[in-house]
Amino acid sequence: MNNLNSLQYFLPELFLSASILIIIIVDLLLKKDKKIITAYLSVLAVLVAFFLAYRQYNYAFTSLFEGMIVLDSFAVYFKVLTALSTIIVIFISMPAFRRHSEYYILLLVVTLGMFLMVEVNDLLMIIIAMEMVGIISYVLAGFNKFNMKSNEASLKYVLYGAASTGVMAFGFSYIYGLTGHTNLFAIQQAIVGHSLQPLPVFIAFVMVVAGLGYKIAMVPFHFWVPDVYEGAPTPITAFLSVGPKAAGIALFIRFLITVVAHPASQTTFIQNVQIQAPLLLAVLAVVTMTLGNVSALGQKNIKRMLGYSAIAHVGYMMMALVVFNTRGFTAIMFYMVVYMFMNFGAFWVVQSMTPHLGSEDISAYKGLGYRHPLTAVAMAVFMLSLTGIPPFAGFIGKVYLFAAIIKQNWYTLAVIGVINGVISLYYYAYVIKVMFLDRDEEIKAISVPLYDRVLLWLLLIPVLALGVYWGPLIDLAHNSIGFFFGN
Amino acid sequence: MGLISLATFFPVLGALIILFIPKEKLSTIKIIALVFSLGSLVVTTFLWTQYQYGMIGINDESQFQFVEHLAWIPAFHIEYFVGVDGLSFPMVWLTSLLGFIAVVASWNIPKAQKGYFALFLLLDTAMIGVFVSLDFFLFYVFWEVMLLPMYFLIGIWGGPRREYAAIKFFLYTLLGSVLMLLVMLALYFNVQDPVTGGHTFNMLHMMQQSNHNSWLSRFDVRFWLYLALFIGFAIKVPIFPFHTWLPDAHVEAPTAISVILAGILLKMGTYGILRISYPIFPDIAKYTSYALAVLGVINILYGAFVAMAQSDLKKLVAYSSVSHMGFVLLGMSVFTSAGINGAVFQMFSHGIITAMLFLIVGVIYDRAHHREINGFGGLAVSMPVYAGVASLAFFAALGLPGMTGFIAEALVFIGAFSVYRVLTIIAAFGIIVTASYVLWTVQRVFLGKLNPKYESIGDINGRELFTLVPLGLLTIFFGIYPLPILNMIKVSLNYLITLIP
Repeated sequence: MNNLNSLQYFLPELFLSASILIIIIVDLLLKKDKKIITAYLSVLAVLVAFFLAYRQYNYAFTSLFEGMIVLDSFAVYFKVLTALSTIIVIFISMPAFRRHSEYYILLLVVTLGMFLMVEVNDLLMIIIAMEMVGIISYVLAGFNKFNMKSNEASLKYVLYGAASTGVMAFGFSYIYGLTGHTNLFAIQQAIVGHSLQPLPVFIAFVMVVAGLGYKIAMVPFHFWVPDVYEGAPTPITAFLSVGPKAAGIALFIRFLITVVAHPASQTTFIQNVQIQAPLLLAVLAVVTMTLGNVSALGQKNIKRMLGYSAIAHVGYMMMALVVFNTRGFTAIMFYMVVYMFMNFGAFWVVQSMTPHLGSEDISAYKGLGYRHPLTAVAMAVFMLSLTGIPPFAGFIGKVYLFAAIIKQNWYTLAVIGVINGVISLYYYAYVIKVMFLDRDEEIKAISVPLYDRVLLWLLLIPVLALGVYWGPLIDLAHNSIGFFFGN
Repeated sequence: MGLISLATFFPVLGALIILFIPKEKLSTIKIIALVFSLGSLVVTTFLWTQYQYGMIGINDESQFQFVEHLAWIPAFHIEYFVGVDGLSFPMVWLTSLLGFIAVVASWNIPKAQKGYFALFLLLDTAMIGVFVSLDFFLFYVFWEVMLLPMYFLIGIWGGPRREYAAIKFFLYTLLGSVLMLLVMLALYFNVQDPVTGGHTFNMLHMMQQSNHNSWLSRFDVRFWLYLALFIGFAIKVPIFPFHTWLPDAHVEAPTAISVILAGILLKMGTYGILRISYPIFPDIAKYTSYALAVLGVINILYGAFVAMAQSDLKKLVAYSSVSHMGFVLLGMSVFTSAGINGAVFQMFSHGIITAMLFLIVGVIYDRAHHREINGFGGLAVSMPVYAGVASLAFFAALGLPGMTGFIAEALVFIGAFSVYRVLTIIAAFGIIVTASYVLWTVQRVFLGKLNPKYESIGDINGRELFTLVPLGLLTIFFGIYPLPILNMIKVSLNYLITLIP
């Protein structure tokens, strides 16, 4: 579709772009003590974008801007998901960031970048969209500019990001050199049609995996994660572990099913040329989750622990990538939603409790179960859900991930996966132990504001509800993947 | 909603109500816990009066009783499918009984009572759920949900090393259950629903060998799946060498939770093998039966010898459980009518007897604040009633004729002797070891010279008697007249062994 006609399908992005510009101007006019209005406006803007994106769900598959971007239900699913993650993050940030209004505008820009990331269909657009998210993320990670750790986090993030983007771009140049196209579908046809040599395609694939792997915090491109997660402001840590990661995984899936594979039947994909991509992904998944879990075991700082746990969860999700079929992708899409709620829940507890506890160390949570039972119980639910214990949503998510690989007889991978789940119980249960089993003699009750409690409930309810009834969400995820086969 | 669901979810309803009661209203919380656990017992007792003794169950839905079969997540073929047969009903009733008794036994729990009773009621629901589930997914959910309250109940209200014991229990049992998760998913994809042709979590469909696809018919596949499932259940039983969590958990848990652990949770392991492993993989069950018998004999002897070496009364009772569960394993491994009926009767009987033993340990610990066997002596003088009840329980554990333990062990030996003669003779030696540690314990605690420290110790009180006497009466009643249980279980179990090739 040509550029002019494409605009009508580009409403959420256009609306977001306009809101960003308007909010910047409004923000300039606001007095110092009224800056919080920017946050309200930002929520409103993302909310509208959320509904605009949601309305696109039933649109037929459309290729926009001469094939640079595609609009399909898969993109819409992730747009809705990332918009929701931005909304939640703004709510998480509001109590802490009352004056720094530019913070919210930066979040809007990242949201726009994530929208683009999940709908790209061209190598150049991939780089543009990823850098749009990346560069703003660097700024956000270093937002506490007088905090040394925050500065260090930001710098590390920039350096790793620049290096991995460079490697990825180099990989893209290989792909372009091999096929002569930048459009993902054209590349797919070129690779299938000309039955290329596997080796150069494999090298290009590995380089691109380096770039994407950095974005989703996959081992061995994860070195930035613990430092950035510890140093960045807590809401940003939460955001990085969900929003950009979801967008990265969506991009990864799109790359896999175009450049690496093509549909073979109504539900499965087959590699364009035999480059052992599933095996490579399986090895990376195993390394990612094992290293994430083992490193998390000894952590003292709760944000660092959650950082390593986030790496482990990427490993779990990558397990389902290896099967190259709708069951696997559906499982990942479902897991991402579940993961969003439980991970945001855990980070919100950290964010709302840190002022009361005075520290981000896990040991500071001692006796929280008696000081503020609701928060501690919610935290316990989030931890157990992250472990994957029923009746919480995380369990259902994991069942779908394991089901996808067991269906294709990846038993070794599945066994390693479940043993990782048992390992992870140790450090998640450690938080629970500190909150409930360790007890001070005198109990200093904490009073938590209504706002904090309401937001906690809003994050807790989906984790509980999706644990006992998840049919509609899995159907939605399943339908969102069907378009790849023309349904 | 049917009566089975009512019996299952009634306790958790109580837990929800407790959450909305301020923690200062202690007696209200306790009464609610009492009412809701009693409610479950009333329902299951009513079900017993309605129970039809001739129905088989096992792998035929029409032969199950009080069945409820509803869709839950149709896209993933998960159903809410519950029902009981002769294998599960004694366990369901025992669970609701011990659930109620444990609430009474927890009456004076020291701290955070609100959380304790809410978690306990959740545990009660999960346990009954395990025994009534006929959908594997549902079974798995209940099986794992049980771990959460257990972790907190041991970890918060337990003894000095409670944190270690709680996390050890949690990690061990989770390791077992994740293996079960994989087997469950493998079965889901390789068993065909005969009606719809799709995948299924329905256990009864999984039991029909004709529904298995060619992959699932391969011997090596079946062997590994059986083994993974077996480890999951073996950890729960616990079968040597997976038993190391047991002494820690039992010793550190508060009295009522030890009662539940030994009385119900251990039985879930053998129940799982009988309910799931045997009917789904009968050929592998046959293939591995000798190994199971050997493990059973090891459990009997190892448990008994280690029990004899203990100086801590509670640890002694804990190891005696390992020993007694060995009889269940031996009975199950021979596939004779007497053997398997003896095994399930032993599950029921040991549930009652070991509950009594842990309650008895709790009574003395509440008064003396220690459990050193050698620290007592002559208690029969200062606590005559207690000594009487305790002797009854200890003799029941020893397998004295006239009590349930005797019937169960006799049946197991009769059933096993014709199949594994040497093993049975070795196992019978375990009876002597059991007798010696039980009698030696009774002698050191209740007989001999009264320890002057305990001259004025109070005798057992009314509430404690209320928890012990019903169990004591049941041991004697079913010891003299075991037919109500045997008639219930034999139809199902005799059919179960016909499935084994």
